[in-house]
Amino acid sequence: MAFKLEARGASSRRWVYGAPVLAVLLTLVFGGILFALLGFEPLAALYTFFISPLNSAYGVAELLVKAAPLALCAVGLALGFRGNVWNIGAEGQLTMGAVTGGGVALALGDSGAGWWVLPLVMMAGMAGGMLWGMIPAWLKTRFHASEILVSLMLTYVADLFLSMMVHGPWRDPDGYGFPQSPMFGDAATLPILWAGTRLHLGVLLALLAVAVGWFVIARTFIGFQIKVMGLTPVAGGYAGFSHKRIIWMSFLLSGALAGLAGVCEVAGPIGQLQPVISPGYGFTAIIVAFLGRLHPVGILLASLLMALSYLGGEAVQISMRLPLAVTGVFQGMLLFFLLACDVLIRYRLRWLSSVREAG
Amino acid sequence: MDADTLALTGVVMAMMRAATPLIFAALGEVMTEKAGVLNLGVEGMMLMGAVAAFTAAVTTGSPVLGLVAAMLAGMLMALLFAFLTQTLMANQVATGLALTIFGVGLSAFVGRDMVGQTVEPLAAIQLGALSRIPVVGPLLFGHDPLVYVSLALAAAVWWFLRRSRSGLVVRAVGENPQAAHAIGYPVRLIRYAAILFGGAMSGLGGAYLSLVYTPMWIEGMTAGRGWIALALVVFASWRAERVLLGAYLFGGITIAQLHLQSSGGLAVPSQILTMLPYLATILVLVLISRDETRIRLNAPASLGKLFHPEG
Repeated sequence: MAFKLEARGASSRRWVYGAPVLAVLLTLVFGGILFALLGFEPLAALYTFFISPLNSAYGVAELLVKAAPLALCAVGLALGFRGNVWNIGAEGQLTMGAVTGGGVALALGDSGAGWWVLPLVMMAGMAGGMLWGMIPAWLKTRFHASEILVSLMLTYVADLFLSMMVHGPWRDPDGYGFPQSPMFGDAATLPILWAGTRLHLGVLLALLAVAVGWFVIARTFIGFQIKVMGLTPVAGGYAGFSHKRIIWMSFLLSGALAGLAGVCEVAGPIGQLQPVISPGYGFTAIIVAFLGRLHPVGILLASLLMALSYLGGEAVQISMRLPLAVTGVFQGMLLFFLLACDVLIRYRLRWLSSVREAG
Repeated sequence: MDADTLALTGVVMAMMRAATPLIFAALGEVMTEKAGVLNLGVEGMMLMGAVAAFTAAVTTGSPVLGLVAAMLAGMLMALLFAFLTQTLMANQVATGLALTIFGVGLSAFVGRDMVGQTVEPLAAIQLGALSRIPVVGPLLFGHDPLVYVSLALAAAVWWFLRRSRSGLVVRAVGENPQAAHAIGYPVRLIRYAAILFGGAMSGLGGAYLSLVYTPMWIEGMTAGRGWIALALVVFASWRAERVLLGAYLFGGITIAQLHLQSSGGLAVPSQILTMLPYLATILVLVLISRDETRIRLNAPASLGKLFHPEG
């Protein structure tokens, strides 16, 4: 089964879009095998994982609720990834967005009831994520410190900071000692769009962000610069594009969007601050960005699929008594298959035995 | 021996224990990166090593088999990475991230029945009278075997990369794979080997956590140590001997903050103290990366770049 890779003259556009589809199919096949090894009827298990969560209107709304933070984070990350800027700390920026936005919501309490409260909370969340993203950007541009490691370390710091606040100054005095803040006031909570579900205004904000992301990537000069720097840094250098500017823009935008995702979580479905606010949305968004081909429209589709993997994990946990970690296994598997299938974009597979016979 | 000396000896020994998993993982990554490959999946490989070691030790009752299982698990993960990046030419950064995401999920999944179980920790070796010499005895002869293995490994990696012919070939592959290929060295095979070594060592680092350091399995128990190991490699300028220095520094910070937390003498929330190792990692990265020339001179020239024999 030996094979050889032959470089294609040009990237295959067919495989740019074919690879994600093939990767999803392979994940389904191997997921089925995994379920079979665990002693479950594979097709029934796959049905439970991928279809049953969407059997109700509530389930469909949940899908959108979970897809929103993924899409928000992934659009920002994709911008950077296009320019070879590796922000992998979206999870931390999301947490800090929740902290600053939630902090404003708590400070206003029930006193603030104007229309301006919610926009203020949202802006504060974006500012928090942006500030947290500025740290790796500054350390990278000023001191050449790896943005990968710095942004990741800051995720742990952000989680601890949130934990400190909800265990300490922001703990609800009437909360029976649980480490969580009081519930936000109504004016600081995102309105529900679909009665009987948890579908909130943040989902529309995510859609808006995807549109803005598309505009930045496709129609602005900075989007063009990022793309050129990612494809051929040398050409970008000759054109006078500044690498530092691209690092800054990538981190500011992705930080702000991740912060928005965080504040939407606490002002939306959660309604308060608690020690854990994200089941790893910021990390899963990395998969979403790649699966969506670093393109906003693709990211929209990919975020729905990844949101489904969270719902599927919950479904098999309830009905098949499997651990929630199944979600992570499926997500990791999908990313591996995607990276493997991506080889077909630039290379052709040639099986060696047939070459030998021909030669 | 008075109480202070006794306490200090204990602190130094605790520091060495905290540093040992970092030493294993960072030495493995030094080898991988010296061959020109950046594997960001250390955290995932460590977690798989930790869960494999614990599962094997619980089911067989043998910690040694646990160590073997950890190395195999780390190598399997590394093989996946090597196949994707070397054979299928996938992006190393993306694949490494995938390896970590996958390892976090898979280790939690396969370890679901191991939560709450206990295992007999790997015992410290006892050399009779030698171990009972005050201060020097426990410091030199009172550790668990893996502490000595980690020290020997640092010496071995140093010797291999700096003094042996094969090490020279590995470095050549990392500096200029095209030239190494032209001379006739099997670049991809050498990189596969370096990646597998990295995987085995990360697995061992994980095993140290679940068999010795906190002898139990907890989801995500590495708590970022894989990433700290990656930072240590930069801090150490890709040199084995400096990995030791960096790891003991981090071990010291870890133990210091744990002591401050348990003594409660400082009026600082525990979370601030727990942040210290992560903040120290950032600080160290900044200090070492500030001098760009130094990094460029020390980092393997082809680090993270794809290599295809036919261009």
